[in-house]
Amino acid sequence: MIGDIKVQSVKRLREAYSWLDEFGRIGKVLAGGTDLMVYLNARSLMMPAYLDIWRIEELRTIEDEGNSILLGALTTYTDIIKSSIIAKYAPILVEASRTVGAVQIQNRGTIGGNIVNASPAGDTLPVFAAFDADLVIGSSGGRRTVPFNEFYTGYRKTALAPNELLLGIRLHKRNLGAQQGFRKVGTRRAQAISKTVIAINSKIENDVFKSIRISLGSVAPTVIRAPKTEALLRGKPLTVALLKEAAALAASESSPISDQRSSGEYRRWIVEALTRRGLEQTWKAATGKEVA
Amino acid sequence: MKFHLNINGTECDADVPPMKRLLDVLREDLSFTGTKEGCGEGECGACSVLIDGAVVNSCLIPVCQADNTSILTVEGLAANERLSFLQQCFLECGGAQCGICTPGMLVAAKAILDRDRNESRASIREGIAGNLCRCTGYTKIIDAIEKAVMEKQ
Repeated sequence: MIGDIKVQSVKRLREAYSWLDEFGRIGKVLAGGTDLMVYLNARSLMMPAYLDIWRIEELRTIEDEGNSILLGALTTYTDIIKSSIIAKYAPILVEASRTVGAVQIQNRGTIGGNIVNASPAGDTLPVFAAFDADLVIGSSGGRRTVPFNEFYTGYRKTALAPNELLLGIRLHKRNLGAQQGFRKVGTRRAQAISKTVIAINSKIENDVFKSIRISLGSVAPTVIRAPKTEALLRGKPLTVALLKEAAALAASESSPISDQRSSGEYRRWIVEALTRRGLEQTWKAATGKEVA
Repeated sequence: MKFHLNINGTECDADVPPMKRLLDVLREDLSFTGTKEGCGEGECGACSVLIDGAVVNSCLIPVCQADNTSILTVEGLAANERLSFLQQCFLECGGAQCGICTPGMLVAAKAILDRDRNESRASIREGIAGNLCRCTGYTKIIDAIEKAVMEKQ
């Protein structure tokens, strides 16, 4: 029962690493608790030991490193919403954070938790995928970097070893396009887990897509990119025919299931609609022209 | 394990398991029963409290993460048994029906009042988006918060 669970609350990384070396295989890391406590309350996850990292202050930072921005794993959605650096370079991360739960969850939920929890419906994950971000992972053996897009190895599976801790995520400014778009479809605006999420990160110059990255959430076992759709659009101007083709292709790149939140058929239809609207909006914002 | 909490300005100690929910410590161990449990999964906001000024769901906070923090529960709003202006506004505007959401609504509204920015009806709605009223009495709740905000401004 609850009284038998061992918890160690730590303030320093080395304390976290030594706990992970000893208990990483049988225990679980607790950050803001907005997912983990739900499982615990429902008795669907009973681990004998927890490592509470909430007070490791060095992991709660948003740092402008010049060519990149480093977000500590304990950065909360509220921290992101209030950050002027994120608003400037990564506005869709702010948009995504505002759709997570409501203020109670935003004050507590962390991006590290969102990433490691590995739900295919995690709201910020398509944004990180579309940014080609890098994860910084630490352990008593040192640090390593893993591309975000290689982190998920299957449904709810990650490349994190039992003795490792996610320290943060690095956004490279060269990858952050001037034209970004984010759309989430859920049952209602607040407090809803997504049915489908799309993130678009593009650079439109001289009326063509110089670069384009599209990612989708809640429509596959993990967050996914839509590489065929990206390749189709790259180097081209957006036309009515291309828009239609790209939206249909993006839908074919998704593999949604039917569950309690939505049907697979609806999700596929929504991917098509969101891709069409997202691209159209991005194009108009960049060029000031209608898609012709 | 022993934990130290400042609740509504009063220093409190609790000797409880570290993963016990703050909600249960408040209600069962420290007798602050004003905070209610609704869904128990962070969806409804009935258990909202402020921790160091930030509104959170107390059903999702293990007490070990609340150690040495300052907590405001609904009981802390009425100083010396007198309703706060916010509570008075809820009373006058009819901002309560069955009452189960009211403690959480009041605490979320307090967080809105405490933040330093211009509020609109839209921003008030967003501020209580994490609090569900199953009687759907939102209009009067928003009226009450708007009245309290206007008085403050």
